[in-house]
Amino acid sequence: MTDHATDTSPADRGYLTDKGFRSWALTLDHKRIGVLYLFTTLFFFLVGGVIALLMRLELLTPGPSLMNDHTYNVLFTLHGAIMIFLFIIPGIPSGLGNFFIPLLIGARDVAFPRLNLLSYWVFIGGIVVILASLVSPMDTGWTFYTPYSAKTGAAVATLSFGIFLVGMSSILTGLNFIVTTHRLRAPGLTWMRLPLFIWGMYATSIIQVLATPVVGITFLLLAAERLFGVGFFDPAKGGDPLLFQHFFWFYSHPVVYVMILPAMGIISEVIPVFSRKAIFGYRAIAYSSLAIAFIGFLVWGHHMFVSGMSPVAGVIFSFLTFFVAVPTGVKVFNWIATLYRGSITFESPMLYALTFIFLFIIGGLTGPFLGALATNVHLHDTYFVVAHFHYTMMGGTVMGLFAGLHYWFPKMTGRMLNETVAKLAWAVTFVGFNATFFVMFIMGYHGMPRRYAEYLPKYHADNVFATAGSWILAVGVAIMFANFVWGMLRGEKAGANPWRGLTLEWQTPSPPPTENFEEIPTVTDWPYGYGKKVVCR
Amino acid sequence: MTAQRTYIAIWLALLVLTGITWGVSYLDLGLGNAAAALAIASLKAALVALYFMHLRNEGRLVWAFALFPLGFLALIIFGTLSDTLFR
Repeated sequence: MTDHATDTSPADRGYLTDKGFRSWALTLDHKRIGVLYLFTTLFFFLVGGVIALLMRLELLTPGPSLMNDHTYNVLFTLHGAIMIFLFIIPGIPSGLGNFFIPLLIGARDVAFPRLNLLSYWVFIGGIVVILASLVSPMDTGWTFYTPYSAKTGAAVATLSFGIFLVGMSSILTGLNFIVTTHRLRAPGLTWMRLPLFIWGMYATSIIQVLATPVVGITFLLLAAERLFGVGFFDPAKGGDPLLFQHFFWFYSHPVVYVMILPAMGIISEVIPVFSRKAIFGYRAIAYSSLAIAFIGFLVWGHHMFVSGMSPVAGVIFSFLTFFVAVPTGVKVFNWIATLYRGSITFESPMLYALTFIFLFIIGGLTGPFLGALATNVHLHDTYFVVAHFHYTMMGGTVMGLFAGLHYWFPKMTGRMLNETVAKLAWAVTFVGFNATFFVMFIMGYHGMPRRYAEYLPKYHADNVFATAGSWILAVGVAIMFANFVWGMLRGEKAGANPWRGLTLEWQTPSPPPTENFEEIPTVTDWPYGYGKKVVCR
Repeated sequence: MTAQRTYIAIWLALLVLTGITWGVSYLDLGLGNAAAALAIASLKAALVALYFMHLRNEGRLVWAFALFPLGFLALIIFGTLSDTLFR
């Protein structure tokens, strides 16, 4: 399948030809900015992962061992904040999105290249501020709940300002993608011919633009309360601590769809390519992305069922929460229907895509237990939530990201990964992931609370199991990253279209030239017509 | 020229409205004070969006994107009220 190119002329290296710090730091090329984002976010994935390993080591025994309680509080705050704000939110949209949106719609760049570069450097600025907050590290959890966050001695204002900047960057990126999708599609690329990754990214961008300002303003209010004593959230000053949670989750619930929708877009690209079959229910998948984005805004209250919110609001939010399952189910059923009677092959991107479906279903089916008022009261703030969250976010989004990285690696670098090593890494990761997180459902059901450094001895065996799993998972991820490094430096030449995909990014050399296409392609059909014709360059 | 005249007129209108906001704050209207201040502020925002930001001359799509967030603002207010009113 792979074209064996022998030519190693500089032109072969496409957009990677230029070298040097300036050519990367000041680049206006969406592909380079995407690569910068990918390196940055994957670096923080590793940092967050190391912190998680330290936490799991502490939890190996019931009593204190490695660290004191305060250090543990700091670590789980850092793990959450780093993974959420520095890895999983920007990872796919800003990394793969920047790289592939213009390629997939046949454009030469995003609509506002300079804004794109600005958003990257604002992101880096946010990271610097977040690192500065480590002088007195946060211990509030990544949710910053008041009143504790208004009173603790930690650098809450600094960290929240850093996250404010990261949010700004997210808004700019979303805005850029919306305009790009509207204005820069190649001739003939109608809305109903758009690749589904673009639909996912479009819905994501809308959420980014609409929801992120709310959390930015919330953090400003929190800073105002801490620095100037203005009473937004302190009841003694006429404020309302629950108001913070309303504002916080008005952003932070929709933002889980910023995390998952792009991953779902990747899965919708990978599944038809590796089952050589037209995607089932294209329109339904496209519209369900928009529906998820919209319903995602109606359900934030389900994070606050036991916070003291009014019963009326609790019932309303519980009721609305169940609706998100409908468009999500539409997607999952359509992927499975696409697989049905396809000519399925199990290359590494496909393995990760199938893993996404498998793990995401487990994550999804454990959602109703938390979305229903009555069971939520029992399961709230136990390890059940941790398990559910990691199955949807890590089993879902991160596996989707891995699928995308394996799928598009040849396009980004011009080289192939070692397929055997990739499959080995996948198998170890899969085993490690389930060993780590599945047992947490059981722990949570039995009542082990989350966010505690110590626990009752009866949970000891479960925790040993989970900690062992976390190291298997770490080994799997380490093998995968080693494969990425090896592939970048030594991998076999990929050729333009190693997977024989029909979307536009495969119609240009790998790695693509700076201007993406020699000639802007004209689109005459949708990109999933595998049953009708075989395109092989 | 006429365009500049419009801008100046809008600017003057904004100044007058600011004056009215200031004046109203001296009257004792109870809850009406907040309502009046919000109404005047909304009117000013509308003028800025329509004239200075050229929304008046834009197509339906831009209008849709401009009005959409207002719906979301209503949503967050409504959702939060469903909590605070029944607590």
